[in-house]
Amino acid sequence: MRTAHLLRTAAGLTAAGAALLAGASAPASAAPADTGTASPGASGSAVPGTAGTSFLTAAALGRGAPVQLSASTGDYLYWAFGAAAGQTATVGVTVSLPPAANRHGAATWTVDVFDGLRRRQACTAGTQTAAAAADAATVSLDCTLRQVRSWAEPWSGDPLPGTYYVRLSATDLPEPDLGLPVRVEARVTSEDGDAEPEGGGLRAPLVPAVHPGATLAPGAVPSAAPPAPSGPSAARPVERARGWFSGISSRWIWTAGGGVLAALLGVAGYSLTRHPRRRPSAG
Amino acid sequence: MITRRRSAAVLLGVLAALTTLGAPPAAADETTPAKEPPKVELVLDVSGSMRATDLGGRSRISVAQQSFREVVDSLPAETELGIRVLGASYPGNDKRLGCKDTQQIVPVGHPDRTEAKTAIATLRPTGFTPVGLALREAAKDLGTGETTRRIVLITDGEDTCAPPDPCEVARELAAQGTHLVVDTLGLTLDDRVRRQLTCIASATGGTYTAVQSGNELTGRIKQLVKRAGDTYDQTPQRISGAAECATAPLLSPGVYSDREQVEEHRAYRVPVRPGQELRASVSVALDRPLGRDRGVLLRALSTDGQELVRGSDAGSGRTDVLSTGLRWSPAQGDGASAPATAADGGTGTGTDGTAQAAESVCLVVSNSFAVPAAVRRAPGMPVELTVDVVDASPAPGGPDLGRGWVLLGVLALAGLLTGLVAGWLARWRIAVWREN
Repeated sequence: MRTAHLLRTAAGLTAAGAALLAGASAPASAAPADTGTASPGASGSAVPGTAGTSFLTAAALGRGAPVQLSASTGDYLYWAFGAAAGQTATVGVTVSLPPAANRHGAATWTVDVFDGLRRRQACTAGTQTAAAAADAATVSLDCTLRQVRSWAEPWSGDPLPGTYYVRLSATDLPEPDLGLPVRVEARVTSEDGDAEPEGGGLRAPLVPAVHPGATLAPGAVPSAAPPAPSGPSAARPVERARGWFSGISSRWIWTAGGGVLAALLGVAGYSLTRHPRRRPSAG
Repeated sequence: MITRRRSAAVLLGVLAALTTLGAPPAAADETTPAKEPPKVELVLDVSGSMRATDLGGRSRISVAQQSFREVVDSLPAETELGIRVLGASYPGNDKRLGCKDTQQIVPVGHPDRTEAKTAIATLRPTGFTPVGLALREAAKDLGTGETTRRIVLITDGEDTCAPPDPCEVARELAAQGTHLVVDTLGLTLDDRVRRQLTCIASATGGTYTAVQSGNELTGRIKQLVKRAGDTYDQTPQRISGAAECATAPLLSPGVYSDREQVEEHRAYRVPVRPGQELRASVSVALDRPLGRDRGVLLRALSTDGQELVRGSDAGSGRTDVLSTGLRWSPAQGDGASAPATAADGGTGTGTDGTAQAAESVCLVVSNSFAVPAAVRRAPGMPVELTVDVVDASPAPGGPDLGRGWVLLGVLALAGLLTGLVAGWLARWRIAVWREN
């Protein structure tokens, strides 16, 4: 209700007001495209997009309409998207292959997903690797990730809020097919859920640094808190509004319901002892 | 409640905001001062074989000329473009002279469109194909600097002037640390040309495209020029890791690049204070043909050589990089061990009493690649290291509220017991009062 009112006010204001709202709600560069959760059925029309060729140059992949681009067989294409705690992201890639007459045999295409620390992420469902027959026109790949956890021990490899990288590659193909033109369509959707563990949180999401580093002098004492450099950043998750009150969860209902039940049974127990003579047929 | 009309208004407002502010990452940091513009050089082969008419009935050179005209016309405002040709001027048969035949016809900068197009129009297919030399000269044209430079090599024939082998030249240029990427476009489907161009591309992290029509050529060059503008400003800091932890360079958060040979270990150190968390990731690029199975390992070691945590990845099949990462934070409330391990070579201990001593965590990057005998080991493979130090995230406490039938049963039982006890107490009090 409160956010709806805010948005309405902003819509009524000038573009500056609207810009302010966007600036306040979406500080990260790639965030505007990441808001909301697109339903898989809405992926009707693809928009022209881009892809990077390495982790550092990965192009932001927004929720919603899939991006479409032309590429060459054998290119390694990278995209990045942000995922927040509780989300379960699904990545889908469709490759339109060159005409079968120009190809020399079957090829294997793979979509890999990495977290912000470039650690390989497992797919819980989907076709991560697909073999395209020599006469196939398209090959479809998809990968459903594990649900993003709100907190995990530093030693673990659990998925955490932050950047996720998608890499599309042809992992096995006849060498003469390299360089042939393909069309690629990539999309990411996500479902929200309750983040585990409850009450957990990362002080800083797993968004990697992209600025050039600097070596320190051998005896240098590092500053207590390294300053967060402004400027470009990898795709960030959109943080949901979080205050002292985290919203009505089922725990509130269970606990409040339990309190009511306890109060009722307390009254009932008290009345059991209070008027023993008036109880029917007992005394 | 949001009505439909209101949500449309909201959508309009958000759209307006997006068009004004919500630009991609590259545009978001226009305020940062003195940024070098993206630089691209197109290197066009104008050797005799470009006369062949096999691209939709037109000659290769005329298709290339038309593409170049369109690319020059649609050049992004901030991009600096140069054009170099090879085999364009020496018509003779002397290989010694023909293999020095490369000129820059448009210097790297914001070209005058008319002049550039005139220079392109006068090109006539002539001589040899000194690809290696042209790459070297193109790298010189682009100069050195902070940003990534892109060379787009368009050729229809393999190098006729080796040595130098163009692939070796590309690897050597990449190893100089000038952030040079060579994208190659082949105007023919010839096997030897393709092998040479894919070798050049993979040595520098570029791409290879086989072009079979004028539209494809134009579209691809435009895409590559645009990519140069999109991605040029994120270049890592070049460092050189040590073989031993004790002498390893100390790193602050950021991205670094290095080179590592097969079976080599590279060590780096990162200061981490108690209450902080170290995050590191490493990518090793496979810039040459290697054995089928491969792996990369990143280990974090304490100053006394104990392994703290490791990240590893392995795989087989065609791939560009192997990458892995790790997180680590010093154990909380273990204050005794932090000062004891902070003596990194005796130089880092001069901290005052207020600052907590930082422990130098040593990161060791190693790999398990197999190199075929015919493949050269030097220079090493490109390593990209990302280091970040952030505040540690404490383990969450339990939730404040409950859920489930057991909770409900316990609350109900507690309520019932409380009611009963309260009732009995009240009865006992009344009984006592009546007796008195």
